[in-house]
Amino acid sequence: MPKLTINGREIEVPGGITVLQACELAGAEIPRFCYHERLSVAGNCRMCLVEMERAPKPIASCAMPVADGMVISTDSEKVRKARNGVMEFLLINHPLDCPICDQGGECDLQDQSMAYGYDHSRYQENKRAVKEKYMGPLIKTIMTRCIQCTRCVRFATEIAGVEELGLLNRGEHAEITTLEKAIDSELSGNLVDICPVGALTSAPYAFAARPWELRKTPSVDVLDAVGSNIRVDARGRQVMRVLPRLHEDVNEEWINDKTRHACDGLARQRLDKPYLRGADGKLRPASWEEAFEAIAAKLEGLDPTRSAAIAGDLCDAESMLALKDFMGGLGSPNLDCRQDGAKVGGGPRSGYLFNTTIAGIEQADAVLIVGSDPRHEAALVNARLRKRFLATGLPVGVIGAPVELTFETRHLGSGPETLKELAAGKGAFAEILEKAERPMLILGSGAVARADGAAVHALCLAIAERYGLAGDKAPEGWNGFNLLQRAASRVGGLELGFLPGEGGLDTEAILEAASQGAIEFVWLLGADELDMARLGSAFVVYQGHHGDAGAHRADVILPGAAYTEKNATYVNTEGRVQLGRLAVFPPGEAREDWTILRALSERVGQRLPYDNLGELRRRLIETAPVFAALDRVEPAPWQGPAAGAGDAVSDAPFGLPVENFYMTDPISRASSTMAKCTEAFVLPKRAATGTDG
Amino acid sequence: MLQDKDRVFLNLWGQQDWRLAGARKRGIWDNTKDLVALGREKIVEIVKDSELRGRGGAGFPAGLKWSFMPKEVDPARPHFLVINADESEPGSCKDREILRNDPHMLLEGCLVAGFAMGAHTAYIYIRGEYWEPLQHLEAAIVEAREAGLLGPDACGSGWAFDIHVTRGAGAYICGEETALMESLEGKKGQPRLKPPFPAGVGVWGCPTTVTNVETIAVAPTILRRGADWWKGFGRPKNTGTKIFSLSGHVNKPCNVEEEMSIPLRELIDRHGGGVRGGWDNLQAIIPGGSSVPCLPKDICSEVLMDFDALREVKSGLGTAAVIVIDKSADIVEAICRFSHFYMHESCGQCTPCREGTGWMYRVMTRMVQGRASVDEIDTLLDVTYQVEGHTICALGDAAAWPIQGLIRHFRPELERRIAAYRKQAPAQAAE
Repeated sequence: MPKLTINGREIEVPGGITVLQACELAGAEIPRFCYHERLSVAGNCRMCLVEMERAPKPIASCAMPVADGMVISTDSEKVRKARNGVMEFLLINHPLDCPICDQGGECDLQDQSMAYGYDHSRYQENKRAVKEKYMGPLIKTIMTRCIQCTRCVRFATEIAGVEELGLLNRGEHAEITTLEKAIDSELSGNLVDICPVGALTSAPYAFAARPWELRKTPSVDVLDAVGSNIRVDARGRQVMRVLPRLHEDVNEEWINDKTRHACDGLARQRLDKPYLRGADGKLRPASWEEAFEAIAAKLEGLDPTRSAAIAGDLCDAESMLALKDFMGGLGSPNLDCRQDGAKVGGGPRSGYLFNTTIAGIEQADAVLIVGSDPRHEAALVNARLRKRFLATGLPVGVIGAPVELTFETRHLGSGPETLKELAAGKGAFAEILEKAERPMLILGSGAVARADGAAVHALCLAIAERYGLAGDKAPEGWNGFNLLQRAASRVGGLELGFLPGEGGLDTEAILEAASQGAIEFVWLLGADELDMARLGSAFVVYQGHHGDAGAHRADVILPGAAYTEKNATYVNTEGRVQLGRLAVFPPGEAREDWTILRALSERVGQRLPYDNLGELRRRLIETAPVFAALDRVEPAPWQGPAAGAGDAVSDAPFGLPVENFYMTDPISRASSTMAKCTEAFVLPKRAATGTDG
Repeated sequence: MLQDKDRVFLNLWGQQDWRLAGARKRGIWDNTKDLVALGREKIVEIVKDSELRGRGGAGFPAGLKWSFMPKEVDPARPHFLVINADESEPGSCKDREILRNDPHMLLEGCLVAGFAMGAHTAYIYIRGEYWEPLQHLEAAIVEAREAGLLGPDACGSGWAFDIHVTRGAGAYICGEETALMESLEGKKGQPRLKPPFPAGVGVWGCPTTVTNVETIAVAPTILRRGADWWKGFGRPKNTGTKIFSLSGHVNKPCNVEEEMSIPLRELIDRHGGGVRGGWDNLQAIIPGGSSVPCLPKDICSEVLMDFDALREVKSGLGTAAVIVIDKSADIVEAICRFSHFYMHESCGQCTPCREGTGWMYRVMTRMVQGRASVDEIDTLLDVTYQVEGHTICALGDAAAWPIQGLIRHFRPELERRIAAYRKQAPAQAAE
């Protein structure tokens, strides 16, 4: 461990870090623009200059590795002068249009110029102007504000894996450029975050609010199963924007574009009062009393086995538990939280979790992806895979539809045939898996949502056993078997057993029975991704927040709260329990979901045994103890194939469940920003591949 | 004065045959095998002992630089020798003459120096505009390969060695060693951060030494004639002979090889035919190419032409491209032109240079007219100090120094112009 003297204080720091990091450890603040700890070092802004003994010139601390015996000064006259100078240079061609700049109030340049700048400019010549660049529907550019730090270029090239940004020309004419087309990356929104000035700002959020007007609520994202940590910025009753929050083990400091920009969907297509379908077949606004009355009337005397409940993808654990208890009270065993018809669940936890954990990817030395497109099902899992690929050249094999994942992959085959070969120890990738010390298998949720899903799952478990991904042959503590979920509610639902009970029906069976009239009452808890026509003549209660497919079909609509409007628990694909928080209140008469069920239970005479969130959470922990450990991944003990092992698998190739990344759920479907993204990114590709009708 | 018997560059003026046959007559490629047989350490030791300093401008001790290369060659990371023939410094034209008139000198030097660094491959990065030198260089390489002087057993020394030529595309910054490496790798010519230094991580991530044409070209002669012979010229730490490029207002502009530490006035009078209109007509001299500060007449009369003497008068030897400016020239406009050059050639990567060069140039254009205030002279000087030493590479320094030299020695001229402009156009000046 090298010992340095920083501002006269001796400090011992870990080897291999930079002087800038050492200064931070020593408590000395170093201003910077181009330096970003997750990007390569550019050293071009020159703001982080410090004085080093025996060096003739000030050094760029971000690029200088620490060495024993360095004597660093960060607040000498020379350093101050250098910083003043650099700041003055940065500002001479900067438009200083802070009053009309969206970055104002959260701008690195603004903040640092307060600390290190002169109070006036000595520059009397004309300023440079730079032409705007087109970066697509999410990013607004005002390139005159750019300070050429190249963070965006490095982010796009290194993290996002799209080489679509660059620095063109030289000298004063140097400018960031694009390929004259939208940045085609699902992580492009992060460019706005890493831009230290107002050159790249969020287009949908343009001129919408000032940072100091916003109420900031830490929460978690539910639009995929990664559970990205987010900050919800709201003004009044409106969510203005969503930003990432640092969580090293989940999303680092990135979020995908849907997480960030679908929030305008929270203000559209909302269910803000109960509705009833009248005798004329049309929905009409109703009071809660009337709605409950209609449900109670339907349930009166109904054989409970003729009723069912399906939970959708965005549901929180509390509401699913309340619905489970409610249906249990009625005596119905027909429950399912797998609206996509996945055949996994109910078995051992290790069978449905991302056991390796997202951070664990950084230890893997071989990856087999089965029937999944992580780039669009879990963009930040894909970003980790890329990070590992860049660091070690991680070999990645893909079975299923060929996918472009921003790193090199080997396409091994497209269906279960290849999987069977691999399970039998054949194929080119078998050797790689055999030799790998910490191999991983990522099974897509789409690959188990088919009729032979259980058998596919069992095959993958067998592969995991055979190649030592998990179990006795794996290194201590390593579990390389992963099911990559894409619904935020799924693991939570599976943990608390929102599954068919004794003799109960699963999603497919419920739909089948409903279409034949054997199921007369269906409760849809935010479930919209179903073929509603198959519900037949059943009496449908839709509890949710958006007027989407489910509400369209419903006989009674109970308006619930979206994820930004309730205090609720979610479990991500790793099995990590996280809390979402209320940022704004639900609109109109909408209520937090579990309270709706609690109120109705009283009305139908099956009172749920909890009167507040604390009691409900206690019940949650009783039902599934994993809910007690917040933000921890409880390792699941390994169990090999059981259910479905040896069953026949079809030859049908694995499909991809996410056809349009920008529209996967009721919120993103209601978002106009996501519609613009669909238009910019998805539709042209469809036309190009000829699948557009 | 350097005697003919001590000349290193025997065909500097191109009066003889530049091809292999002619080169051999001048003693080039004469028993190069024996030089290689000295062994790596001995070669580096002799060059160190000779106190040869790099001829590219910075004057870094050559032997020391060569010794930075790892002693053991990791087979996965071969060593490379890169010759910087991207001579683009305004005023400098010495490498051009070596490449054009005696390319074999360079090739022989490459073999010896490359061997001393453990390199089997040398790259010569030649300025794109150097068309004839390129033709000669490439022909010389073909000749040397055919004669077995280069190849799997170069000169029968048992050392495999080959040389490749890459052309630059007109960017001054690609003469900076790390930018040159970027360009050589096919990327945009932008200087890299140091550390890591090229001897550790250079071209394609492998240990590399980048060195100037002249430094390498003189190496075989030093090895043949010994370090003591070389040290017989010039002052301690400023040894040997050097090619000086005289240009500007001299009667006979020329390239000439002379002893280091020759008085500047003697150099001009003897080889340049004197200043146009006589020594008293001299206004200023830029002694080392556009990057170094100019010197007024009184200093020029006394100063010696070597690294340390010029440093003492706050200038530098640079590439020893002596630009003579007589009283007919507008010194402010001349320096302004340099400022434009540096603004144009800044790579734009780091802030002080990207923004500062343009600022300096714009103020300079006003200084030429006198359309400024007297305070602005100090502001301009301050801006040059804000650029100097704060950039990734030395281009920022090179842009700052000419202006610093101007203000240091010609401040009264700047003030005179400002006063004259105010008098002539008081209304505009008041704006």
